[in-house]
Amino acid sequence: MDSTRSPEGARGGFAENVALYGRYISISIMSQMQYKLSFLLAVVSQLLVTSLGVLGIWVMFSRFGSLGGWGLHEVLVFYGLVNVAFAIADALATGFDRFGSEYIRQGGFDRLLLRPRSVSLQLLGHELALRRLGGFTQGLIVLTWGLGHLDVPFDPATLLFTLYIIGCAVCLFLAIFILQATLSFWTVESIELMNTMTYGGVEASQYPMSIYEPWFRHFFTFVVPLACVTYFPVLVLLGRDDPVGTSRWFQMLCPLAGPIFLMVSIQVFERLGVRYYTSTGS
Amino acid sequence: MSSTYFSAYVAVISARYRGLLQYRAAAFAGFVTQLFWGCIKIMIMFAFFAASDEPQPMSIVEVVSYIWLGQAMLGMLPWSIDKDIEAMIRSGDVSYELVRPLDLYTFWFCRTIALRTATTTLRAIPMVIFAMIGLPLVGAVDWALLPPADLITFLAFVISLGCALMLACAFTMLMHVVLVWTISGEGLNRFIPAIVNVFSGMIVPLPLFPDWMQGFLEWQPFRGLVDVPFRIYTGNIPLGSAAPDVALQLLWAAVFIWLGRRMLTGSMRRMVVQGG
Repeated sequence: MDSTRSPEGARGGFAENVALYGRYISISIMSQMQYKLSFLLAVVSQLLVTSLGVLGIWVMFSRFGSLGGWGLHEVLVFYGLVNVAFAIADALATGFDRFGSEYIRQGGFDRLLLRPRSVSLQLLGHELALRRLGGFTQGLIVLTWGLGHLDVPFDPATLLFTLYIIGCAVCLFLAIFILQATLSFWTVESIELMNTMTYGGVEASQYPMSIYEPWFRHFFTFVVPLACVTYFPVLVLLGRDDPVGTSRWFQMLCPLAGPIFLMVSIQVFERLGVRYYTSTGS
Repeated sequence: MSSTYFSAYVAVISARYRGLLQYRAAAFAGFVTQLFWGCIKIMIMFAFFAASDEPQPMSIVEVVSYIWLGQAMLGMLPWSIDKDIEAMIRSGDVSYELVRPLDLYTFWFCRTIALRTATTTLRAIPMVIFAMIGLPLVGAVDWALLPPADLITFLAFVISLGCALMLACAFTMLMHVVLVWTISGEGLNRFIPAIVNVFSGMIVPLPLFPDWMQGFLEWQPFRGLVDVPFRIYTGNIPLGSAAPDVALQLLWAAVFIWLGRRMLTGSMRRMVVQGG
């Protein structure tokens, strides 16, 4: 009791925060399960919608055979991986995604600030969007399908490395959602621009980055390091050399840009954004 | 009598159109997003076309113009519905609509025309200017939207685009009517845009689909939304053989209008308005 009131304890210990997050999420899941049919329809329709995206890739390969030295199954690995990671991040980040409309415009953010817990934690706990299960499942099917048709050994090392890539990619997408939320301290409009980073980023990294123009590739490597959590590590997974000529060490370590980007974005959000925030008062 | 009716409908279109034109900041954000998307699509197409020397049913130059037109006319596709109509159906205020001395289907159809054209004008004009003039200026000549071959081609394109608009509105009306029938049409309305997206040719131009699918693709309704007008524009459909394709657009629009009317009348007959 006392520890939660002292300044150091104001944000709670690690274990306590994890427990609190678990509680938020279990409530969120329970509430989503109240409407089982509607939930099921949302998942199935998302599964079908995303599947039509694969149809486009298949059409192009059936017409052209290959893509700059890449085969269909390799592209499917890129596609599956980025979609799995994005579905997870999207499910986790609903609170940040709706931050501008629900928390800033309607003033709900004041309520979060009053509570003696980290704002980021509370926003993460806003909802675990289970309807993203559709996109997740579809991505996972495509990923295993692609890997199954390639000479990638199915062993613990492959599995661990895949999980490592997905984890880092989730961090990066979360970071983008958090930056988008930070932006809404200043403007609630033009959030659509950030969609180029999220949905646009997903669209772009469904294909190997080597096919794009250098300026585009550099943007997604050095500004928004999406290629670092998708393209480069997948090269290691597929056992392919980079047509652009990066080293294996770089390809293996660069996914860490994801977690780093996430830590920076949380700091930016909590320090810069929260300091700037003035309530609408309503 | 009929002329006052007509002017009432024109007033509905123009008032709604001007109302929707107010969302300029959103339109700018939309423009940048579509531009970004167009660049990704074009780079992917360049990479695919570089992989094969075989002659394709569509040249890369045609594909690039097709992509830019698609980015410009995105708002015309029937993948969203009128938010106000949706809210009316949900709240039951739809009963007020029945009191108006107007034909409900035509009234909503007019609102839909405004919905499909206002957002499109705001986004299409900057997009076309940028893709046609801006891109060559910055040196990206290969990436540019080319003007149509001649004036007649352009006129044929405009006619076909008008038909595409009718088709899009007729289909959007079907989505509205489905919502009147059953509120859970929501799930359906989420799935339909994806179908429209694929079979209109928005994701991949239809001629690039496998040859065995072409027979089906040529007859299905969504082709009239994107594939027909854009291929007339690029010259991929020669002027001489464009007429049957435009007729197909009109035929499907007529079918959808007939169906939508019937369904709307049917559901209005069954509708129970609760007092209070």
